[in-house]
Amino acid sequence: MEKIFFLIFAIMAIASAIGVVSLRNPVHSAISLMACFFQVAAIFVLLRSPFLAAVQVFLYVGAVMVLFLFVIMMLDIRKATISRFVPGGLFWIVVILIALVYEILAVISKSNLLARRVAAVRLDGTVAEIGKTLFTEYLLPFEVVSVILLVALIGAIVMGKKEIK
Amino acid sequence: MIPLSWYIMLSAALFIIGMAGVLTRRNILIILMSIELILNSANINLVAFSYFLQDLRGQVFAIFVMTIAAAEAAVALGILVALFRNRAVVNADEITTMKG
Repeated sequence: MEKIFFLIFAIMAIASAIGVVSLRNPVHSAISLMACFFQVAAIFVLLRSPFLAAVQVFLYVGAVMVLFLFVIMMLDIRKATISRFVPGGLFWIVVILIALVYEILAVISKSNLLARRVAAVRLDGTVAEIGKTLFTEYLLPFEVVSVILLVALIGAIVMGKKEIK
Repeated sequence: MIPLSWYIMLSAALFIIGMAGVLTRRNILIILMSIELILNSANINLVAFSYFLQDLRGQVFAIFVMTIAAAEAAVALGILVALFRNRAVVNADEITTMKG
């Protein structure tokens, strides 16, 4: 039963990801990306981490996608949709991608991680456990990340501002 | 019980699709969306290993990756708006100011 759900979510995720990179209109790509994020959130639920699934929906579907759609709305995309792909040089890109696929498959097939099973379910991925880990063991990275967010906020405001002559 | 390799395969597939988007598309917005796809595939890996090793650190790292992705999207879209205001281009191959 779980496998059927996983396959549904995975196929939907891959289909919408292909939609992101192949659709002509950026708005359609953004909607497709939103569908992909929802499927990934469902896969997080299958992995017993409901908190991350909620954060995924809030942060990606709620914040990042609204930001993308807002920028698409601000910019005049219409005239930019004539040709989708970079002109020329597609051969080398395809070669690089095939090499990448081969490398990933080689690494996955050679690794001994595939046979790994969950030994005993010790944690249920609750918010309390994540919070404890975040605020004891990873307190310094947490603070650094908050500073990075502040810097990104200020940077986005400064770059979005009109230039002062 | 879903085997770990299925999650890794899904994440690899999303990574490669995102990589193809970054390498082939002209529109900068879609390149940024493909980068989000790549970060999401990394997150699937982190959470899958977190579950299969029964270790919460993977989930904590996934939270960090999500925050960095949000910051990256905000800064990149800010740069894009500034670029569009100055040059009115959204195609990645037309931005050649630093080519010399």
